[in-house]
Amino acid sequence: MTTISAAEPTRRDFLFVATGAATAVGAAATLVPLIAQMNPDASTIAAGAPIEVDLTPIAEGQIIKVFWRSKPIYISHRSKKEIEEAQSVPLGDLPDPQPDQARVKPGHDQWLVVIGICTHLGCIPLAHQGDYDGWFCPCHGSQYDTSGRIRRGPAPANLPLPPYAFLSDGKIQIG
Amino acid sequence: MSGSSTDKTHGTSDLKAWPYNLKREDGSPYEPPTYKPPNAILRWFEDRLPIIGLSYTAGVSYPTPRNLNYWWTFGGILTFMLVVQIVTGVVLVMHYIPEAGMAFNSVEHIMRDVNYGWLLRYLHSNGASMFFLAGYIHMFRGMYYGSYKAPREVLWILGVIIYLLMMATGFMGYVLPWGQMSYWAATVITNLFSAIPVVGDAIVTWLWGGYSVGGPTLTRFFSLHYLLPFAIAAVVVLHIWALHVVGQNNPTGVDPQTEKDTVAFTPYATIKDGFFIGLFAILYAWFVFYIPNFLGHADNYIQANPAVTPPHIVPEWYYLPFYAILRSIPNKLLGVIALFASIVILAFLPWLDTSRVKSARYRPLYRQFFWLFVVTCVLLGWLGSKPPEGGYVIMSRLLTAWYFIHFIIVLPLLGLIEQPKPVPRSLSEAALKGGKAAFLIALAFGTAALIGTPQRVAAQQQGEVQPPRNTWSFAGPFGKFDRGQLQRGFKVYHDVCQTCHSLALLSFRNLGEEGGPEFSAAEVTAIAAEYKVKDGPNDQGDMFERPGRPADHFPPPFPNEQAARFANGGSLPPDMSVLAKARQYERGFPWFVIDAFIPYQELGADYMVALLKGYAPTPAGMTMPSGMQYNTYFPGHAIGMPPPLSDGVVTYTDGAPQTVDQYAKDVAAFLMWAAEPTLEARKRIGFEVMIFLVVLSGLLYFTKKKVWHDIEKPRELARGQDPKTTTM
Repeated sequence: MTTISAAEPTRRDFLFVATGAATAVGAAATLVPLIAQMNPDASTIAAGAPIEVDLTPIAEGQIIKVFWRSKPIYISHRSKKEIEEAQSVPLGDLPDPQPDQARVKPGHDQWLVVIGICTHLGCIPLAHQGDYDGWFCPCHGSQYDTSGRIRRGPAPANLPLPPYAFLSDGKIQIG
Repeated sequence: MSGSSTDKTHGTSDLKAWPYNLKREDGSPYEPPTYKPPNAILRWFEDRLPIIGLSYTAGVSYPTPRNLNYWWTFGGILTFMLVVQIVTGVVLVMHYIPEAGMAFNSVEHIMRDVNYGWLLRYLHSNGASMFFLAGYIHMFRGMYYGSYKAPREVLWILGVIIYLLMMATGFMGYVLPWGQMSYWAATVITNLFSAIPVVGDAIVTWLWGGYSVGGPTLTRFFSLHYLLPFAIAAVVVLHIWALHVVGQNNPTGVDPQTEKDTVAFTPYATIKDGFFIGLFAILYAWFVFYIPNFLGHADNYIQANPAVTPPHIVPEWYYLPFYAILRSIPNKLLGVIALFASIVILAFLPWLDTSRVKSARYRPLYRQFFWLFVVTCVLLGWLGSKPPEGGYVIMSRLLTAWYFIHFIIVLPLLGLIEQPKPVPRSLSEAALKGGKAAFLIALAFGTAALIGTPQRVAAQQQGEVQPPRNTWSFAGPFGKFDRGQLQRGFKVYHDVCQTCHSLALLSFRNLGEEGGPEFSAAEVTAIAAEYKVKDGPNDQGDMFERPGRPADHFPPPFPNEQAARFANGGSLPPDMSVLAKARQYERGFPWFVIDAFIPYQELGADYMVALLKGYAPTPAGMTMPSGMQYNTYFPGHAIGMPPPLSDGVVTYTDGAPQTVDQYAKDVAAFLMWAAEPTLEARKRIGFEVMIFLVVLSGLLYFTKKKVWHDIEKPRELARGQDPKTTTM
């Protein structure tokens, strides 16, 4: 085959590479719907719309649980003592240092709103339990304080805050 | 390793089929090359699990006859379709709910809410048809070229088993959407078993898990529909195994004798299959993206109702010939026996055909009877879609008789009386010409005929006035909805229809989504807030009403069916969510074939416009029940709905004419969108897919030509070889 000009193998190679590339592109494009279908569908996303919560029935010292996007949200009406405890802890004592002011809305120190999912492995911590007057996770023993910050145990981070805003002094919108 | 399986078969088999008898040019035995691990790691692995070597001998170096034509690519196409069906099916199961009360809505949920759900579902539903289309071509090819004859009897019977499994799987899959056709197909097909004497009724009750088709039937069909494809895959493995033992047949029916009569499976057969899979995918994509409901039945967009049988019960197109055979026999038990016999008889084909010549190429008489048989099957399919009355019944009986005569009398006799043309002694002697053009013509004809076989289930009798066609902005491959029209149409629904008709599958948020009326977020919120939605229970345990939110569904106008009927003089105003897809009318031949190509898919919208404008005085001689109106286009003409529209009844703000004509078109367009909210995305993605597939098929074609170049046009001067050795 030495008599063949050099041009032909090049053209042939180009054709083969182009065909192979087109097939690969097609296969990759086929994966898009197959993968995307497992993401939340439109009805699930729509059902995750913001919710409003009336705070007026919650007594001081009481913690209620509401659901937003199928996640438990703890709303804690903190007592003066609990606020004080949360504010007086030196940041250096905290595994995930964050001042209490950064975890509540300005002027609403008494209201703590956290997502009630342990940052360790996703269990739901019990309210008003543990050594720090906050939350205690029964799965692996993580303890959170009155600001929802991790104090002891395997959890690496504080209880996360959901996006929310005060519509009035007695009403918040979560989401 | 080294083809241990090959050696074993070779050593113990007395069969000595051609893949093991090939000779080199010098007369010495030819063994296909085996896999040589290129490095120590692969050699280590191969010594422990010789799977790469097995794949290599089975899929790369395996010799295939060099003269296979394109009809031989349908085995590859079928493999491709099986994979497509399994993959899309596994994905659909992630969203489908096999429960009688929820199945229908969960399919609509897939169509509306799941990301690309409409694509996956249309791929799967049309994929079944494509699977059968390819299967039938594959079977007819086997019949034409005598591929079932010794030593390929087991290979053929395995194929018949696959076909039976496909039929069972397709039938049970058709039940899952739990529409009217699903339900009544399940009822009719399971009742076939009631024909069995003595134990028939017990068997049917056992199949149903109840006293009629119901929830238990649905869940077991779902389970089996998931299981059987894997059974098919297993039998496919046996089918391919048997194929590799006895070797492929070829258009001459003469076994290859020397290495020169064959080419390696890869790249030669692979690229040829790939090219045709590309072409087949174009046909498939045409159905999925442009006429996704063409092969379905409008009635299956109506939820299963055990109290009402649709006027025409018709199976999916791929069962129609057998359905015609069933109905042609006036005795219940004999009809069922004929139905099953017509399939089982295929397994006996290797012994019914007594001719020693395989290929129809050398059998002038058989060739004619073959085509007569194909026409018989197509005509039986057409008759299966027709009502069982008058001349249709007589034709069905004649053709059913011929179907069996072909197998039982014609084939055995032909072998005795036919004078075959001289069969070439080897492939190199065989003249190969004129195959391709004939093949393409036959393919086009066959496709058209098979696509054309189904008849639409019509609410109307033939010969009645057909709804006039309208011009729709959303028609055709590039159609888009007219936003203004959809917004006006919603207003007509809002001001007029919703008093009685629910729109249960739609949420308010849909009104703002892309590809729909595209109301602004504020407008959607305002529309939703107009409606009272039931919610609760509250802290006191009471249900309460609150203003609607965008995520809510449209609340129904009546709390239940009884209330709806009571308020409407006994008639039930149907839900309008998928009404535009649930209403069609018979187009008749040849229009239903032409519709597939135009493509005309707006029958539902045209029907609605015609109905809304179709009120007329009751003709003399017809007595109208009290409370009913005469309507030219309504099936049976007596409709419970009084004329809903009159000029000026809905106020338009965009200057469009406030006439019945305009209202009817607008609301029909709105309902078309409500039934198919992803229509625009479908057509847009469809265009991209089409362009891609055309380019890919073109590339595959040229690659195929390049790969086959040396085989088809041997280079005569290379190294002074004797050109004759490679000339055919």
